[in-house]
Amino acid sequence: MSDGLLGYLLDPANWQGGGVRASIPALIGTHLWYTVQALVVAAVIALPLGLYIGHTGKGSFIAINAANAGRSLPTLGLIILLVVIMGLGFGPVLIALVVLAIPPILTTTYAGIRAVDPAAIDAARGMGMRPLQVLFKVEVPIALPLISSGLRNALLQVVATSTVAAYVGIGGLGRLLIDGLSLNDYGRVVAGAVVVAALAIVLDLLAAGTQRLVVSPGLTGRIPRRLRRAAPAASAPALAPADGVAATTSTPEPVSSGRDGASS
Amino acid sequence: MIQYLQNNVAVIQAALSQHVFLALVPVLIGIVVSLPIGYLAVRFGFLYHPLLNLSGILYAVPSIALIVLVPTIVGIRILSPLNIIIALTVYTVALLVRVVADGLKSVDPLVTEAASAMGYRRLRRLVSVELPIALPVMLAGLRVATVANVSLVSVGALIGVGGLGALFTRGQQLDYAPPIVVGIVLSVLLAAVCDGVIVLIQRRVTPWTRAAGRIAA
Repeated sequence: MSDGLLGYLLDPANWQGGGVRASIPALIGTHLWYTVQALVVAAVIALPLGLYIGHTGKGSFIAINAANAGRSLPTLGLIILLVVIMGLGFGPVLIALVVLAIPPILTTTYAGIRAVDPAAIDAARGMGMRPLQVLFKVEVPIALPLISSGLRNALLQVVATSTVAAYVGIGGLGRLLIDGLSLNDYGRVVAGAVVVAALAIVLDLLAAGTQRLVVSPGLTGRIPRRLRRAAPAASAPALAPADGVAATTSTPEPVSSGRDGASS
Repeated sequence: MIQYLQNNVAVIQAALSQHVFLALVPVLIGIVVSLPIGYLAVRFGFLYHPLLNLSGILYAVPSIALIVLVPTIVGIRILSPLNIIIALTVYTVALLVRVVADGLKSVDPLVTEAASAMGYRRLRRLVSVELPIALPVMLAGLRVATVANVSLVSVGALIGVGGLGALFTRGQQLDYAPPIVVGIVLSVLLAAVCDGVIVLIQRRVTPWTRAAGRIAA
């Protein structure tokens, strides 16, 4: 069974350019290009908005309800509706992908900023930081695990949905699925599904690796060995903020007390 | 729009009921399957990370890929609605295993020790102490899974079975917006209704969470 079905995937001709059909690497390239465009546009809109809502607390109902709205909106329907209204092309697809990617980024950015321990913010203010310094030196680093999980979520959704978008005539890996289905060439469908699934998993693993790199080790509990002896001392104040006077203590305190906020 | 609704009541009703069926059966199977897996992940600590990583990877597979791969793996016709049910069940399980495991992990060890001290055996302790305490976390995850399922079912329209998704593809073929709008609105409403039902169930089965809120207030 698998010989026939994996034929298209394993046929070297489908991996090289120059044929009548687009080669699989070319399709992957197109797919990634769509994904990057949609993700960048969504991040440019959602990150500042999420930071603003989280930092000021204004308009938080938008951030809270965006997640539910985004999850319940049927992707395929949105893309097709935009195409019927605007005509074929990448424009309507890009809009649909951005609409899908905004909610996860917006809600996690908002939630991450809101979850930062107020004591850490008080301490930063007490040290003389301006509002923007508090935001970018304290709130954003502490919220980074949640923000990056939102970006990962958006990335996965966009990769998956660009596939569906081939139904309305754009390129990318969805072509293998849609063309294969309409030509009854099931080997091509399997090739598309396998490559898309592999691409999504690889991208998610890469994103997870990036997350490990950019998030401060003090927040993840992965403290480097040379600092490990100091760790118990640093985590002790985390218990203190309960009585509300902790903000006046030493400087490492914001980070360690923020760990509770970020992981909750 | 009104015209379209009036002329196609039967079609829309059929699509809606198929949508409900395709979205909710995977949720029910998913609950049954993920409870024991989630329990195993907590009961045997060495299984926790492998099981959760596996469910994370499964969740990363795009829905359309899963829907068209299932017939290859299971050996059924690609047009069978069973494909969608199996694919969405995989998603539901992938999401709920993590939630069940995290819910059970969140139970205070002091509580389980107290239950053991009162003579609760493992199974009875699990059913009457740990599961109820984990319930709010698990139901929150169930809400996410259910809403996601309702919106994902329509992707099945690409292989010809997708409930309300059929309205999307029809609108595309006719270059006509009303069926698409009707499909989107009904799908979003259905998700909201399912979400609301779970919230109501949660209020009924976990009355203590509200009591605690009142005391705190």
